[in-house]
Amino acid sequence: MAQQGLRGKSLVHIQDLSLPDIEHVLDVADKMVPAAEGKQRVTSAQGRLLATLFFEPSTRTRLSFEAAMARLGGQSLGFSEPKTSSAAKGETLADTVRVTSQYADVIVVRHPQEGAARLAQRFSRVPVINAGDGAGQHPTQTLLDLFTIRREKGPIGQQRVALVGDLKYGRTVHSLAQGLARFGTEMVLVAPPTLQMPRDQVEDLKHAGARVTLATRLEEVVGSADVLYVTRIQKERFPDLEEYRKVAGTYTVDAELLAQAKRSAIVLHPLPRVGEIDPEVDSTQHAKYFQQAFYGVPVRMAILSLILGLGE
Amino acid sequence: MRELKVQPIRNGTVIDHIAPGMALKVLHVLRIPQEGMTSTVTAAINVPSKEMGRKDIVKVEDRELDPHEVDKISLIAPRASINIIREYEVAEKHLVHLPDMVEGIVRCSNPNCITNQAEPVLSAFKVTSKDPPRLQCGYCDRLITDIAAQLR
Ligand SMILES: [Zn+2]
Repeated sequence: MAQQGLRGKSLVHIQDLSLPDIEHVLDVADKMVPAAEGKQRVTSAQGRLLATLFFEPSTRTRLSFEAAMARLGGQSLGFSEPKTSSAAKGETLADTVRVTSQYADVIVVRHPQEGAARLAQRFSRVPVINAGDGAGQHPTQTLLDLFTIRREKGPIGQQRVALVGDLKYGRTVHSLAQGLARFGTEMVLVAPPTLQMPRDQVEDLKHAGARVTLATRLEEVVGSADVLYVTRIQKERFPDLEEYRKVAGTYTVDAELLAQAKRSAIVLHPLPRVGEIDPEVDSTQHAKYFQQAFYGVPVRMAILSLILGLGE
Repeated sequence: MRELKVQPIRNGTVIDHIAPGMALKVLHVLRIPQEGMTSTVTAAINVPSKEMGRKDIVKVEDRELDPHEVDKISLIAPRASINIIREYEVAEKHLVHLPDMVEGIVRCSNPNCITNQAEPVLSAFKVTSKDPPRLQCGYCDRLITDIAAQLR
């Protein structure tokens, strides 16, 4: 049923998916794990083409999509250097999409401007997957975050998830919070007051069924959290470097902090990290951020497979 | 009657109960004046009103405005009433009705929104609240609260 829901459709916004759709993606992703690890051979996408249109570089995301397509037996083409692309010659996104969607069965778009994926969807003859548009949505990241929590911790709605860092500007975390809210997950929003999630968004989360509390100190929540989802605090958000260092230092996850955490608590991060998680954490049982990066492959395999209607 | 400060018209459209100070914005939304347009148009600003204290009134002579066009003014004047005048009589009277979607007219307030680039699309907004009017960009999701400031 839910599979019917995704076939031939674009994935631009996490809200494009119903809760059963999301659960179905995660179920299919579970089955994709052996193939994503290279332990099983899948050829369901043989003869199918994925076009990756990266108007801004994001090597990690692009490789993850290309790996997913290859693991399904399909192939990818595309560009990730806007300087050599037609966009650099002044072509509109609409035209680039109109043309490239003639060459592929599904396209992935990454673009520096908000709403670009929605626009691409309008002009594409094939489904569009949003791989991040400006400060806007990045739904496949959200799905892989949800998948990681479910795989590593169990039912998403039963976790207490602390979202840590820049909750004001960080798009990953807005989208994830919306996804978690659908499961009724308990969330603690841990951020300096200047980077706390905007109030109307917090209200939206509560409205969607989440239990949400706010906090400013990581030490207060580390003992009760099942998941610590850490995001980067960017220098640009601060008037001076001094202030940035002070704030960023307060939200660093290290072994000392994790000594107060539940034994089973996991630490996630969308990566790349820049000092938010001390490397000494990498070797602890809490560190799941590299596993999380790997899960991007089975989750994107599931999404591609469902959108292309490849069956399982 | 204070109303008489504004001359009655023989035929045309009277837009009444516009929030004070918004008359020129209403004309802007209606694309008035348009090239080639010959109708006499009167805008009255800060007219005393029993219900509203002060209000603005716009009168367009010899032209019956298309209701769809007129509905757009509900973006900035959600309580406006439209009177179609024929031979000095009010022949039709209706309240503006804000549609569920608004295309064009308003610019997205997010400078980094794709609709503010040279792309072949009109802006498009979902109407999330009718009074006061609130819009949400159909592309970037930005909420537009100060609609008057974003009129094209
Ligand atoms: Zn917008």
